[in-house]
Amino acid sequence: MNNLYERLGGEPAVDAAVDIFYRKVLSDERVNEFFDGVDMEQQAAKQKGFLTMVFGGPHEYTGKDMREGHKHLVARGLNDTHVDVIIELLGATLQELGVGEADIAEVAGIAESVRDDVLNR
Amino acid sequence: MPEIRFGDHSLAVAEGASVLETLLSAQCEIPNNCRAGVCQACLMQLVEGEVEPPAQRGLKESWQAQGLFLACQCHPERDLEIRLPGVEAVRSVCSVSGHDRLSGDLLRLRLRPESEFHYRPGQYVTLWRDQALGRSYSLASVPALDGDELELHIRHYPQGRLSGWLYEQVRVGDRLQLQGPAGDCFYTGGDPEQPLLLAATGTGLAPLYGILRDALNQGHVGPIHLYHGALDPAGLYLHHELQGLATAHANLTYHPCSRNAAPGMDEAIQVACLDDLLGQEMGALQGWRVYLCGPGEFVKAQQRRCFLAGAGIQEIYADAFL
Repeated sequence: MNNLYERLGGEPAVDAAVDIFYRKVLSDERVNEFFDGVDMEQQAAKQKGFLTMVFGGPHEYTGKDMREGHKHLVARGLNDTHVDVIIELLGATLQELGVGEADIAEVAGIAESVRDDVLNR
Repeated sequence: MPEIRFGDHSLAVAEGASVLETLLSAQCEIPNNCRAGVCQACLMQLVEGEVEPPAQRGLKESWQAQGLFLACQCHPERDLEIRLPGVEAVRSVCSVSGHDRLSGDLLRLRLRPESEFHYRPGQYVTLWRDQALGRSYSLASVPALDGDELELHIRHYPQGRLSGWLYEQVRVGDRLQLQGPAGDCFYTGGDPEQPLLLAATGTGLAPLYGILRDALNQGHVGPIHLYHGALDPAGLYLHHELQGLATAHANLTYHPCSRNAAPGMDEAIQVACLDDLLGQEMGALQGWRVYLCGPGEFVKAQQRRCFLAGAGIQEIYADAFL
């Protein structure tokens, strides 16, 4: 299988990753303040969309959505160091799921490609 | 800027404003309550145009097909023509068949719908005093056990316009307008051996009492832990019923707790705050299903705690009172 999304296991793999990733994010004091008070079910749905995208799967994320969705967080101080943490936690999630280093690097590359949209610059 | 046509009004929708906000700021009288897409009080109907899916989330299919939508959740991108739906389309009539005090300021209201009414224990309904004033309450009854009689547990708030009216003026035999049911916090079967955690404060117990009896009646055999917290021991208003159920069902453990209980008053009641107790006793929840009901703050905090304790996000059913 050449397609990254299929190689990672498609939608079931995304579902398995959402809980692990979201739990890591909420437990990490470097970033969890940005998730205080959010609706957890809606947030989990958004993370599913995000993970589908970085897994190279079919998604409807646009640069505009990324900008709109993080504007209020940038105003609260969201910066490069937080994006670094999220990419780190994403890698740790994939490691836990037994994904190889090369695929993790490819996922991190896709996540990296939306950094400027997320940070509204 | 998209425009809404409603009766004689033509209103421009400001950036980010909902249909409800737009109508209310133009002094249109639209029933509404939670403004969070939950109570369904602000149901409206499309005459022309289309709404995005979030505006119809949680509505039954037949309502969606009739163009009903929630005005508070509708942020139109194109012009709409809308109206208020006829009362008969969305509300049904029921008669009061029971009106008794559970304890202190808690009322148990029993209602008999005059037409067929299908629901799942743990869902909620909205009771209307008139065209515009309604409040949502959870269903504590179970169709298979209680027949066609609905049971609601209602706290009487001193300034409550609906609870005060229900408590002081409504009597057995009166007819009330009922809307619903709605909500997805109910027992779904699936795995009868899965451990269940049910936790509520105050009248959050109402839906859990329905869910608990539904699960037992459907033959749930996995362990069930029901936690009920109240400030004062009198607020543990189903203490004896739940002790009885726990005696009859070996897989059920009932954990009442009250911060203001006097030590030694009743050995079964732990002198503790529910949040603390859950943190101490329910620390590992991998593989559990969790039901949380009560005030928003309690539900949100526990939803997060239970998730971090290992319960899957899809396995946590949260019903926050708004």
